[in-house]
Amino acid sequence: MTKLLQASMDGVAVGSLYALIALGYTMVYGILKFINFAHSDVFMLGAWFSFAICGFLGYTTADHPVYAALVALIGSMAMCGALGFTIERLAYRPLRGAPRINVLITAIGVSLLLENVGQLNSNKFLAEYGIKFPFGTRPTSVPLLLPDQPLLSFALDSAHPNTLVNVLPVDVLVIGVAFTLMALLQYLVFGTSLGRAMRAVSYDAKTASLMGIDVDRVVSITFVIGSALAAAAGFLYGQKLQSLRQSADGLWVLLGLKAFVAAVVGGVGNVRGAMAGGLMIGLVEQFGAAYLSTNLRDLYVFSLLIVVLLFKPEGLLGKAVVEKV
Amino acid sequence: MSLASYGKPASPAVVAVDALGPFAGVAVLVLLMHFVIGPAVGPYYAKILVDIAISIVLAVSLNVVNGFTGQFSIGHAAFMAVGGYTAAAITYFGTVKIWGGLPLVHADPQGWGLFVVGTVAGALVAGLFGLFVGLPSLRLRGDYLALVTLGFGEIVRVLLMQTGSIPDPKVIAEAPLYTLPLKLGGSLGFGGVPTYTNLFWAWLWAGLTLVIVYRLKASTHGRAFLSVREDEIAAEAMGIPTTSVKVRAFVLSAALAGIAGALFAHELGTTLNPKELGFQKSFEVVIMVVLGGMGSLSGAVLAAAVLTVLPEVLREFSEYRMIVYALILILVMLVRPQGLFGIHEVWELPVVRRLLGGRGPK
Repeated sequence: MTKLLQASMDGVAVGSLYALIALGYTMVYGILKFINFAHSDVFMLGAWFSFAICGFLGYTTADHPVYAALVALIGSMAMCGALGFTIERLAYRPLRGAPRINVLITAIGVSLLLENVGQLNSNKFLAEYGIKFPFGTRPTSVPLLLPDQPLLSFALDSAHPNTLVNVLPVDVLVIGVAFTLMALLQYLVFGTSLGRAMRAVSYDAKTASLMGIDVDRVVSITFVIGSALAAAAGFLYGQKLQSLRQSADGLWVLLGLKAFVAAVVGGVGNVRGAMAGGLMIGLVEQFGAAYLSTNLRDLYVFSLLIVVLLFKPEGLLGKAVVEKV
Repeated sequence: MSLASYGKPASPAVVAVDALGPFAGVAVLVLLMHFVIGPAVGPYYAKILVDIAISIVLAVSLNVVNGFTGQFSIGHAAFMAVGGYTAAAITYFGTVKIWGGLPLVHADPQGWGLFVVGTVAGALVAGLFGLFVGLPSLRLRGDYLALVTLGFGEIVRVLLMQTGSIPDPKVIAEAPLYTLPLKLGGSLGFGGVPTYTNLFWAWLWAGLTLVIVYRLKASTHGRAFLSVREDEIAAEAMGIPTTSVKVRAFVLSAALAGIAGALFAHELGTTLNPKELGFQKSFEVVIMVVLGGMGSLSGAVLAAAVLTVLPEVLREFSEYRMIVYALILILVMLVRPQGLFGIHEVWELPVVRRLLGGRGPK
């Protein structure tokens, strides 16, 4: 029972991170119909930006003002929003209307670029010119911005009073921030005129532009929002793991990929689907890790993807679209 | 190109030359490589030539999916890993089972039969995996394949990492066969694989791959592949079973990647390692195909050769290699989206045809 509760709590925490990243994928896919491979690297940079902000403001130890977490969160969201805007402007907008495969390759190019720039921190040539990146291949510990005593700690099973269920402030932060942002996005997409414009462009960009919607502007805003959400996920990820590393084995790409799996499972292009899919992927991963084997957690996620693609390719909440000729 | 295709009924001799000529060409190339060029350039350059041959097999095989059918696979290294591990398991465990003792680290003619068996088995198993991956994802739109192949690559990598360490020869000799595929060296890699790959085998398979894929491009099947790429709906309307065509292209591509993996596994100075065959490797192959031109075989060959030699030449700048690749990828897509040669072969380009005196093929 303890294991069950712990696994579900971890699952919800990890799942809400996936959901935040998945939202960026699904919004871009809904409007431009391509997988933005660079999104996982925006997520990575979000984590590093928040880390750099902490370093810049001198938040190194565990005791700091309550608003510190908020500063780091909003700062990195703003920086990644700007980054997402730039990427869309320079790399994707010139290819508007090009075959989808070209955009996909470009996205992979952007992803490779961001990822490998991150490996340069020990670069001698750049260091001579005083250029130092805040990120790199070496594991870096992230300052925890919240106290690390559990908020709640209780034993469920009276036979084992020492196996406790711990509710850490970090988990509350992760789940709280993620759900707040998702609620805001939900309001934005379904309750404002900007959201209506986004849904219109996603439904039919050409007709939307005839109705006076500035498609390019909507696309830009989508990228900014998606990247900001990824940055939030990056910040929360850093807080949860307390260690960041820019490894060459593509850890970040893998995380991003799982988030895209979440988007596909939920129904790609569907905002609510991305949230549900993210939570589902998180739960599958954590339950698999708790009850089967921790080493195979990637396997469960991708197996779930293949099963969903086989039986319900439009995703759990997606609508099957008949392709028009 | 074909001599037999200009109106008049062809004499049997012409047909025979047409059918067998390319194979004779491959034989000449392989013998030249093995007996003349190899000894002349020394072991260092010979290894680079072997690397080039392996890259050619990879790039040309990926071109069948990414270039001909216009689908997008980015898990090519996974098929390479499947083929490589299958072949390595057959030669390594086979040697111990048949001849006893540790497999010799250096090539010896005794094991060549086993190597060929291993390579073919690697191709078959990789092809089977291709079928398994391709069937669910190729029913859907192109970019799902990208996602599933990338995910599949990760699954293969994770599973290979979980395998146990390679047992002692004595243990292998007594162990039942079905237990051995679970002991492939794990994250340390499959060490001690006999080094059979030399210029002969590498260029033999590279040559065969080129002949197979080049002929495919000009055949009915190849035209079906290209029609899917040009317009899937129109192809479907003309009676081409698009899903089946895509799956066939994908299986062929995976099988050829398996051959490349087998060659890589038995190469001197490389370790068969799950980390080596991650998606970085897949991306490298994608870059070769995109750079050479999607659908152009000579383009893929050229790009494979250049991108294999370049890191050797620019060893000092190895840190920037992937950054430069990424920039090239983006720039090519922005400036010349069809790749350097597009779908054309080098000798079909106007510049080259003029140089050849305007006698180039139509």
